[in-house]
Amino acid sequence: MDTKRVQELERIANEIRIEVVKSIYRAGSGHLGGSLSATELLTALYFEKMRLKPEEPDWQGRDRFILSKGHAGPALYAVLAKRGYFPVKELETLRKMGSRLSGHPACFKTPGVEMTSGSLGHGLSVGLGMRLAGRAKGEDYRVFVLLGDGEIQEGQVWEAAMAAAQFKINNLIAIVDYNRVQLDGTVDEIMEVEPLADKWRAFNWEVLQADGHNLNEILPALDQAIERSQQGPVVLIARTVKGKGVSFMEGKADWHGKVPTEEEYRQALAELDK
Amino acid sequence: MSEKKQIAQRDAYGLALVELGKANPNVVVLDADVSKSTKTVHFAQEFPERFFNFGIAEQNMMAAAAGMAKSGMIPFVNTFSFLATYRAADQLRSSVVYPKANVKIAATYGGLSDSFDGPTHQSIADLSMVRALPDLTVVVPADAVEVEKALPVLANYNGPVWFRLSRNPSPVIYGDDYEFTIGKASILQEGSDLTLISIGTMLGRVMEAAELLRKEGLMPTVMSISTLKPLDQESILAAARKTGALVTVEEHSILGGLGAAVCETVADQYPVPVKRVGIPDTFADTGPYEELLDKYGLSVQDIVKAAKEAHALKK
Repeated sequence: MDTKRVQELERIANEIRIEVVKSIYRAGSGHLGGSLSATELLTALYFEKMRLKPEEPDWQGRDRFILSKGHAGPALYAVLAKRGYFPVKELETLRKMGSRLSGHPACFKTPGVEMTSGSLGHGLSVGLGMRLAGRAKGEDYRVFVLLGDGEIQEGQVWEAAMAAAQFKINNLIAIVDYNRVQLDGTVDEIMEVEPLADKWRAFNWEVLQADGHNLNEILPALDQAIERSQQGPVVLIARTVKGKGVSFMEGKADWHGKVPTEEEYRQALAELDK
Repeated sequence: MSEKKQIAQRDAYGLALVELGKANPNVVVLDADVSKSTKTVHFAQEFPERFFNFGIAEQNMMAAAAGMAKSGMIPFVNTFSFLATYRAADQLRSSVVYPKANVKIAATYGGLSDSFDGPTHQSIADLSMVRALPDLTVVVPADAVEVEKALPVLANYNGPVWFRLSRNPSPVIYGDDYEFTIGKASILQEGSDLTLISIGTMLGRVMEAAELLRKEGLMPTVMSISTLKPLDQESILAAARKTGALVTVEEHSILGGLGAAVCETVADQYPVPVKRVGIPDTFADTGPYEELLDKYGLSVQDIVKAAKEAHALKK
């Protein structure tokens, strides 16, 4: 692992966290907790592992990313802006009327957003469809789908998991942002998804696990996922912390969709700027 | 009943889909374990590499179709209308229609046509639901010929389309020279006393009713609406101006379907009396198809009666 590159990616991830906090504070609404838990995963994909041409968002050979947990849109928007799909300044328009940055991602509005999401449970099916089409056309692009751990309570996710194995689909990689917290409480209080690795294995998926905030783990895990996805569907269960990076938000269901007060906002930025 | 030749729309569809597959290599077909009922089984045999059986999992099928469309394919999603429209409703709305994915939904076994399976399998409120989705094109062909003619047109149109097919044999109305255009109503007969506006396979019964009315001295215009959305408002308003009274006939609840669409149109722009013939606001029953239609408000006599009432209301 190139230590310098990892440090660079860590710096980018921190900048993205700052943009997430700023944009949601300015918007007056939005989902902080699940955006902050996905930051390193998104950074690793968009700044290191995915084959992309930001100057040509529709380039046919691109790898596809679907934010199935669409409420983490602010994190995706910040990543896309930093990666050059649109100006970083545009993040100020999040959730404003007429903005290209809708409350949840919309593919025909925002450059780089591959698929509309927001209604939970759809993304893995969409990703499966993209790979079925890719395979039929002899195109080897990869499709990455980021799922929330609350989201996988939706039955459709398991319909898609069953079908991906049945179709022996290749180049499809699911990533679970396993932050263990959902809107109403913790996952174990609301609707436990454990034993999670066993569930995916029982659906004939290859399972990998990593610390979803440690790029020294995420990057090799993604390499492995990409390689193994030649044979069949792969899921990376990434252990994360909801609200990661802001001490008083970490692990708190309250911060699923809450907006900081001015004082909390200043404190959050102070912690992230350090 | 009429002595006209009868063909089931689903049979015509199954064969037309194979022709479409030959003409267009981007057409892929998705089914949810009902390919023998939907008649996609023919396509599956001819093009196994472009046929995907998703098992009994319609929500996954619908959203996967969106992913295929976003990757350049033209997916045809096949299942019973109640499943395509209700089971997979949010997938249809959020992942197909809102993102404008180029998916074609073949909602078969429409109306009461799955008559013996009963209300769980019948679809009498599907049109009301799909009609309210912005940007979705809604097509209800009148006969087997229109199915065959519409299919290549719907495949060439870039955007989400929901179309309804009937399970059972219905009269063949159109000749081989018929041309289907999205958003264009057909006038089958011209008359000045009132207009019978039909949707889907009710056209056979509407033609019979028109014949009876003519024998009694009332001259109806007969119009077939095969695109419920976008609605051919121009033709409806022209008929309202010319004949001054309208009757809508649909194999659907009287709430929210063609009758509602026509009432909305004339109420806003040219109010005239409208009588709605359709299934009353109730679940139907199990039984023979034609008898169910008669029992639930769609007999030829029901149409004739509504026509006379509408005519009597004319100023």
